[in-house]
Amino acid sequence: MAQEAIHDAPARASLIYDPRVRGIVFQLVLVVALALGIWWIVQNTIDNLHRSNIATGFGFLRGRAGFDISERLIEYTSDDSYGRALLVGIWNTAAVAAAGIITATILGFLVGIGRLSNNWLIRKLATAYVELFRNIPPLLVILFWYQGVLALLPSVRDSLSLPAGSYLNNRGFYFPKLMWGPGSWLVFAGFVVAIALSWYVARRAKARQMATGQRFPVFLTSLALIVGLPLLAFLLAGLPVSVEYPQKGTFNLTGGINVKPEFLSLYLALSFYTAAFIAEIVRAGILGVPKGQTEAYSALGLRRGTGLRLVVIPQAMRIIIPPLTSQYLNLTKNSSLAVAIGYPDLYAVGGTILNQTGQAIEVVVIFMIVYLGISIATSLIMNWFNAKMALKER
Amino acid sequence: MDEHDMSWVRTEMVLAEAAPRSQVGPGAWIRKNLFATPTDAAMTLASLLLLAWAVPQVLNWVFFSAVWVGADRTACLTTEQGGQLPAGWSGACWPFVSGRIGQFMFGRYPFEERWRVVLTGAIFVALLAPLLIPKVPYKGLNAILFFGVFPFVAFFLLVGGVFGLPFVETPVWGGLMVTLVLSYVGIVVSLPLGIILALGRRSQMPIVKLLSVIFIETVRGVPLVTVLFMASFMLPLFVPPGMSFDKLLRALIGVALFASAYMAEVIRGGLQAIPKGQYEGADSLGFSYWQKMGFIIMPQALKLVIPGIVNTFIGMFKDTTLVLIISMFDLLGVVKQNISGDPTWATPQTAKTGYVFAAAIFWIFCFGMSRYSMFMERRLDTSYKR
Repeated sequence: MAQEAIHDAPARASLIYDPRVRGIVFQLVLVVALALGIWWIVQNTIDNLHRSNIATGFGFLRGRAGFDISERLIEYTSDDSYGRALLVGIWNTAAVAAAGIITATILGFLVGIGRLSNNWLIRKLATAYVELFRNIPPLLVILFWYQGVLALLPSVRDSLSLPAGSYLNNRGFYFPKLMWGPGSWLVFAGFVVAIALSWYVARRAKARQMATGQRFPVFLTSLALIVGLPLLAFLLAGLPVSVEYPQKGTFNLTGGINVKPEFLSLYLALSFYTAAFIAEIVRAGILGVPKGQTEAYSALGLRRGTGLRLVVIPQAMRIIIPPLTSQYLNLTKNSSLAVAIGYPDLYAVGGTILNQTGQAIEVVVIFMIVYLGISIATSLIMNWFNAKMALKER
Repeated sequence: MDEHDMSWVRTEMVLAEAAPRSQVGPGAWIRKNLFATPTDAAMTLASLLLLAWAVPQVLNWVFFSAVWVGADRTACLTTEQGGQLPAGWSGACWPFVSGRIGQFMFGRYPFEERWRVVLTGAIFVALLAPLLIPKVPYKGLNAILFFGVFPFVAFFLLVGGVFGLPFVETPVWGGLMVTLVLSYVGIVVSLPLGIILALGRRSQMPIVKLLSVIFIETVRGVPLVTVLFMASFMLPLFVPPGMSFDKLLRALIGVALFASAYMAEVIRGGLQAIPKGQYEGADSLGFSYWQKMGFIIMPQALKLVIPGIVNTFIGMFKDTTLVLIISMFDLLGVVKQNISGDPTWATPQTAKTGYVFAAAIFWIFCFGMSRYSMFMERRLDTSYKR
């Protein structure tokens, strides 16, 4: 009887105490408040833009830019459009981010492994590195390199000569440029074919090892292919390459490839700074693999190197990859600090355009789209990689 | 023969043999930790060479060759640059730092009003120190004073305009003071805002959840520079013409919003780590949503993510330097301004000296914060240690 009474009783005494009703009401209030807020902002913005005679829309991107960009990967002159200038900026951001990510990863893995070394001195050095760079703002590191180190390098006349015909002075780093002659496509073709073949060999070797237990020296074969084939093509095509060395003049170095001090300071600072964080991630990843795994591979008779490669690292990578992704994104976003030293990345170029045209909203929207795009693209790639490395369970 | 005669059994323990000479003492330690294998030995030697090359240079630059007294740039110039020092000299130019220390700390804050900043700083330390030392009682009162009362006291002291204190406008603020103001406000605002956003992201209400996700992911996806840029260029567009925001306030809004998105993700991690039984336990006790979160979930979740929270604080402290891009002068901004815009001290060594000084200050703060978080982590750890 009593149970029935409970079932028959009205579900709630009052609507005020019903969590569902409360939720709906609260969300309605929130939506209305937000809509009003946005409407207020939009109205104000339209008013303000109207008052200062700024036309909205992305039409300005076709206008003549009229400013020069010192460092560019694609063709650009001051007669080109604002859109083109932004594109130069995007390429510059991508260049410094890509270079920084590669260096930071290598350095970070070295330092991270160094922090777990059996060697006391190496361990302490790695720890000192991490503690030093982790606790200093990246912008400070950039400025230190730019104004404190690179600006003090000798002038062009007294350039420091480095090996292999490269020079270092206060206008940057100069190194020889490889000039590819006709027929050099053969070399690249050889390289591509070699990579495809190596991949195929690795697959076949693995299948064979799974089926028969026989092993095949995949690494040596791939190395021979990747070095040998392009070399063969190179010889066949009749050495189609010449080297253009930087020539020292009185006022400038001509020829070769010049890396500007702006790029160098940004690249060095971002790499060193991010490497400290990557090192900590790597260390945590390796420590996160249970000790039993190390003991297990020793019990199976694997050597330390083989065991690390086949047992510990694959498991550590699962822990490492997600935070590593966010470090890559951080590095990319930190490359916007370029504006402090005048490296023309997306942000710096956008800032110039904003000052010239006053199109604040459009420029900020472009910033957001590009950076969000980079973020999403990196996340997608890393998620794919992560899914590949993740634990495959039944 | 008595079978039970055991008198040959020793009654006292044999004294332990000393460990072999090869296993104890500094020699063994060196062999084990520095020269275990040939590779190890090579790496040790390489590191020693590196240290032998770098350490004397650094020490020389910072201490032995450094200039300690001087009135202007001539003290830090070599003969060929027009000074007294031998050619090829390289060392820190410390008189630059000691001559400009007032600017580095207070910016262009009026000289005769600087006692107000010092007083604010003293109150800050006096309230913060007991809050950080676990043994000191009255934590609740202390926290209310630090987070609730101190901001108002600091505001009136620093800005002035009341109680006979002259008004000091924010554009003349600068130096370490601005760095600390930005960080303090960022921390005080971002923690509660981050908690609300994290709860919103895990909420049952679809619209609340969607809005939280959009806010968090958008802010996390763009650089802080862009957020500051928006705050400084677009905020004025968003409000009616008469209404204007102070530049410092705009930077504060930008930093606080940015930090709260990161804080929300850290706290969400903690919320996810709390077992479902805790939520159900709170529900079964008849707790309301806020009681459940306030008494059961949050205390556990926040404790779990202390390292993450402090890391966010450290990140924010470092990020405050970015305000120099919207031409405000925090510690780094003032140092940079003095380096590139002040001919009194324009020498080749000025930049390095200034930045090393600024780096040392930032390093001390960040390192201190990270050490304190490790200490708290150990103290609050109630789990079983293996």
